[in-house]
Amino acid sequence: MTGTTPTAPPPGLHLPRYVREEAAARTPVAFPDYRSTGLRAPLRTPVDLPHRLTEVTGPVLGEDRVLPTDADLTWRNGGEAIGQRILVYGRVLDSDGRAVPGALVEVWQANASGRYRHVVDNWPAPLDPHFDGLGRVVTDSLGRYEFMTIKPGAYPWGNHHNAWRPAHIHFSLFGRAFTQRLVTQMYFPDDPLFGQDPIYNAIPPAARYRAVSRYSLDRTQDNWALAFEWDIVLRGTDQTPFETEDDGDVA
Amino acid sequence: MTVNPLEVPPDPAAPFQPRSGQRGTGFLTGPLRLGTTPSATVGPYLAIGLTWPDGVYAAAEGTPGGIWIRGRVFDGNGDVVPDAMVETWQADPDGGFASPEDPRGASTHPGFRGYARAQTLSGEFEVFTLKPGRVPDGEGGLQAPHVDVSVFARGLLDRVVTRIYFADEAEANAEDVVLQGLPEDRRETLLATPTDDGYRFDVYLQGDRETVFFAV
Ligand SMILES: [Fe+3]
Repeated sequence: MTGTTPTAPPPGLHLPRYVREEAAARTPVAFPDYRSTGLRAPLRTPVDLPHRLTEVTGPVLGEDRVLPTDADLTWRNGGEAIGQRILVYGRVLDSDGRAVPGALVEVWQANASGRYRHVVDNWPAPLDPHFDGLGRVVTDSLGRYEFMTIKPGAYPWGNHHNAWRPAHIHFSLFGRAFTQRLVTQMYFPDDPLFGQDPIYNAIPPAARYRAVSRYSLDRTQDNWALAFEWDIVLRGTDQTPFETEDDGDVA
Repeated sequence: MTVNPLEVPPDPAAPFQPRSGQRGTGFLTGPLRLGTTPSATVGPYLAIGLTWPDGVYAAAEGTPGGIWIRGRVFDGNGDVVPDAMVETWQADPDGGFASPEDPRGASTHPGFRGYARAQTLSGEFEVFTLKPGRVPDGEGGLQAPHVDVSVFARGLLDRVVTRIYFADEAEANAEDVVLQGLPEDRRETLLATPTDDGYRFDVYLQGDRETVFFAV
């Protein structure tokens, strides 16, 4: 064995405990109106897994996964993507309000006409040769991220008659720990399609606003791009002090 | 007698008492707590944003002692799910994590990332890794070798989490607090079975053999 990690169980291992949002503010895995959940979402109640070393650690994924061009989706293959140019920016925080610096943020989205560059997406809307819909950024020391893209179009899907997804950008984040892993979607304010979208409406009403970005005149760039601000909050730790009995080993 | 709606009785002398809110004190007493961002499905187009050329390599290609963990993901009809993403996170063979969050210090096992991401486009996922060592369970014992797994797919509004254990680690498995906390007839859904070059671990999202999933 060539590793450098001690193999003996260290005494008094104190691990953070990541707070789980109450169910009333969490997206359920299954939502009947979103039909694909029917055969895929597990039917049994998940078993509680106390947070041990595997759950409170996580991979380090940073700058080495990101190219300089990954932060600007509006220029691909030597040309300008078609569509409304937008700056999307915000901070990645945990629920204690602490910034999450150095975090890999991966995004993907449809083009301005609502079409994804993917073999499964073949509805009659044009592909854009200058848009691939892929972006990657790493948060700075204050947890900030930003990327330039074009506003994605709404697109139809077969969930129900005349089903259209509200415009959205897919986000994937890691944070520091396995417990903080998050894949989600960012929406735009006041989208008229929210009312009939089961993926948006699967979010409990009290938490829906957290998935919606805010228009920002401050960061809107004169003669260039509109700006939308969206802070992303990952699970934080339970800061309330707890009794440490004799060994205090809570790993 | 006529009621004059404009004749409003005077307010009480004492300040109103809050029914559900509270009066301002100027002191910040509660803990700072922000609401977390709700999860959403990865959808059918995750390959656009989440494909990495080296995704399946939790251990660098060619690492001596490397194993392949392969498996399929099944839906409630018993059909293979071809648009899922499986992520794995695990300790190195010495039980250390390549993470600064490990209070014992980040491990530096050569070429070992501990994390892999694989899609099921071909019908099955595959991950190249090293078999994890045992990790303290915090209750004075050691956990059996295990891999934490997240499964993402269209039709899952949040990831589902499970653990891979190894069928050929009977002794360690018998001491593992997580496995032993499960009903006996469900433990086997977490056991990867040996193959020529590693292990096989199938995930059943639903059905009689539904995999044990965890709330983390
Ligand atoms: Fe989408």
